[in-house]
Amino acid sequence: MSTDAIVVPRTEPVSRPLVDTLHEWVTTVDHKRLGALYIVYALLFLMIGGIEAGIMRVQLIRPHNDFVSPQVFNRLFTMHGTTMIFFVVMPLVFGFANYLVPLMIGARDMAFPRLNAFSFWLTAFGGLLLYFSLIGANGLYGAGNAPDVGWFAYAPLTSRTFSVGHSTDYWTLALLVSGFGSIGTAINILTTILCMRCPGMILGKMPLFAWLNLVMAGMVVLAISPLTAAQLMLLVDRYLGGHFFDTQAGGSAVVWMHFFWVFGHPEVYVLVIPAFAFVSEIVPVFSRKAIFGYPVMVAATICIGFIGMSVWAHHMFTVGMSSNANSFFVLSTMAIAVPTGIKIFNWLATMWGGKIEFKTPMLFCIGFLFQFLMAGLTGIMLGAAPFDWQLGNSYFVVAHFHYVIVGAILFAIFGAFYYWFPKMSGKMYNETLGRLHFWLFLLGFHLTFDFMHIPGLLGMPRRIYTYEPGRGWDTWNFIVTIGVFFQAFGIVVFVANLMWSYFKGRAAGSDPWDAWTLEWSTTSPPPAYNFVSVPEIKSRRPLWDLKHPDDPDWKYE
Amino acid sequence: MLGGKTSNPMGVLQIFVFVLWSAAASEAAAPPLGPTNIFAPVSTPAKSIFGLSIFVLTVTGAIFVVVFTLLVYSVVKFRKRRNDDGREPPQVYGSNQVEIAWTVIPILIVVALFMATARVIADIQKASPSANAIEVVAIGHQFWWEYRYPGLHVVTANELHVPVSDPGHPTPTFIKLLSADTDHSFWIPRLAGKTDLIPNHPNTMWIDPQQTGIYLGQCAQYCGTQHAKMLLRVYVQPRDEFDRWIQQQRQPASVSSVVSEGRRVFETTACINCHAVAGTVADGQFGPDLTHLMGRETIAAGAAPNTRENLRLWIRNPEAIKPGSLMPAMELNDQELDALTGYLETLR
Repeated sequence: MSTDAIVVPRTEPVSRPLVDTLHEWVTTVDHKRLGALYIVYALLFLMIGGIEAGIMRVQLIRPHNDFVSPQVFNRLFTMHGTTMIFFVVMPLVFGFANYLVPLMIGARDMAFPRLNAFSFWLTAFGGLLLYFSLIGANGLYGAGNAPDVGWFAYAPLTSRTFSVGHSTDYWTLALLVSGFGSIGTAINILTTILCMRCPGMILGKMPLFAWLNLVMAGMVVLAISPLTAAQLMLLVDRYLGGHFFDTQAGGSAVVWMHFFWVFGHPEVYVLVIPAFAFVSEIVPVFSRKAIFGYPVMVAATICIGFIGMSVWAHHMFTVGMSSNANSFFVLSTMAIAVPTGIKIFNWLATMWGGKIEFKTPMLFCIGFLFQFLMAGLTGIMLGAAPFDWQLGNSYFVVAHFHYVIVGAILFAIFGAFYYWFPKMSGKMYNETLGRLHFWLFLLGFHLTFDFMHIPGLLGMPRRIYTYEPGRGWDTWNFIVTIGVFFQAFGIVVFVANLMWSYFKGRAAGSDPWDAWTLEWSTTSPPPAYNFVSVPEIKSRRPLWDLKHPDDPDWKYE
Repeated sequence: MLGGKTSNPMGVLQIFVFVLWSAAASEAAAPPLGPTNIFAPVSTPAKSIFGLSIFVLTVTGAIFVVVFTLLVYSVVKFRKRRNDDGREPPQVYGSNQVEIAWTVIPILIVVALFMATARVIADIQKASPSANAIEVVAIGHQFWWEYRYPGLHVVTANELHVPVSDPGHPTPTFIKLLSADTDHSFWIPRLAGKTDLIPNHPNTMWIDPQQTGIYLGQCAQYCGTQHAKMLLRVYVQPRDEFDRWIQQQRQPASVSSVVSEGRRVFETTACINCHAVAGTVADGQFGPDLTHLMGRETIAAGAAPNTRENLRLWIRNPEAIKPGSLMPAMELNDQELDALTGYLETLR
């Protein structure tokens, strides 16, 4: 018998054609891959939205500047707002939720993997549709190109009388399409959390991250529907002879505002509650203490969810509602400050008595705490309706909401990136570059958004492509613009760090942070099936119980 | 290494309010950090808002100082030391008393803020015109302001004149806000908060400026391409000056044979499709009334000073002054332009 006829099979991996890899990514239904797709998609649009902002700020660096025309500027602020909200922050939120929720509750995937994929591609297509307007929206004079009606597209500016051509339609359709994607993901998150928790994980024992995404998903389902309805009504007005918002035929501009803000206000809670989720996981780990007041944090979030559905007309204080209506919305708006403040105090109490480590994720979360406090307080000022009659629609509002979206939400998202990057990629990021990103971005953020409040107080309205000299706004606008460069530089450092670390970072291991939730019990990155065997848990911090068998959480919860 | 902010923006803001306010206190002499400073009110609605704003800023400022201090303290005091023994700190899961405390106190603060706010809402929104109030109808257009004084039979544009109001015997001006096209917003910070002009949804606001002078503002609701240059100028005058202005505005256009060529150009080209000149065949409603054009300091809703050169340029090429405005370039030759400008200059 000769042995040279035996063929030994090769054991090294064969490199696959690129087409195969791409096909795998395009057809994936794995929640981790879809999460990564959402996140990368959002980062690309973050660059685009940031460039749009940069161009606007260059135009506004001095009065009567002519860096861009009024038409281009008006398209820029419309695209910047629409892009950042629908195609940056929402995909980031859904991406992290997709990746982390099944892992944190001990599940192998989301409840509806194919719906998951479908929802991602709807969202992705919506973003492409919005930007296709740049080449596809040619129409009559002044109509071609990107939409220029503002991200909230007030009627009757969006009627065919005042928005000639198809640019507005691209805005409408992009949001309509991606709205269905959002609802699909929300249903998936709700079902997964309610039905697929591992044994032992009653609702009261799941991580706060899961609770907050549960509330967020509920709000998405409630909030996107009125937006979808409004978009359909707008299309009927524009093309089927409807007059919902056509004021010249008896329609109502105010009804558009109600529909839009019934979506728009809960939407900002959809954006911020996941930021709370990131902070609620990161702060305890880097303070080395359990989150303070878990049941109260859950209750406060649910309160925010409910009250948040009742405050929308604080965006309409200047519209001419009755004094009773105005007063009601003042009360509901100020009421929501109570559960929100409670959350800040609980995070503070978590750090209190701890041993705080200032790694990059924690730096960003500490920034979040200071900045969200400030943002909430300027929100209270805006909630006092007569004060809003001065501050509303001015740069004070722009400063307030960027303080929330950039200073709170984006900072928390950066924290999440650094915290979970080792889990997702298996590599550690570079800590020095991470800190450089933090300090650059912190400086730029404060230069821009602290000083932006002042022109608002001095009478500068928003959405203006230029402004008059002699109103006392010039110096502040100059400083605001300078801050943009530091933020841009910070983002460059961030992206470079992620990309370099992905290829060259040292191995992270399964639990680089000595953390306590289930995602750290599996490998980095997790295998396709997440866990070798389905976990069984007894407390909110299963890994703490494993690491401290003498002092497990379930004795105290 | 410490995280967190390196400045105290809220503290800076508080300081600014006081600076802006004290600058405003002596505002009769020196301009208060800008002519559209919300902390320099001269009219009752703006003053009510100012009072509320000080209360709100004080409360929120106090909250900020307390929480900010606690955050800084915790980040410093509870940082991991270099000589740390590696043991986990005591795990504290919560405290009902503390949770109750920081629920009840904010609720009380919210109640106080709400009551103060509701009072000011009522004060401003429930005022109704007295017998001696001036009534104005403001109609927002893309991108200019039309003003009518129905009781006084005056129609004008872009520059609003009102009488000064004596606090002892107030003569407020009540403004009904309408729109001919899209949403706009009337915002003169030193006189009142902004109120929107929404088509098919009439609104009302009022002012009672207690100091004479010019007050500036601009449209504060995005209304299209030239939203940025839909500027506002309100002239607050002593009563006798105001009455004289009204009398003058009621006259039909002055007629002069010297500019008959210019008048011919005006009345035989498309000018009269948009513009009105009282006492002539020009009766267009789409653009500003030009009967007393030369009584205004600016043209194109504040976009340029009202000089011969600017007038001529505006008619020749509006895009040079206000790109995207709805006034078309009139395609006139130089002689027609000169004559027409000369005619317009007689419309005092």
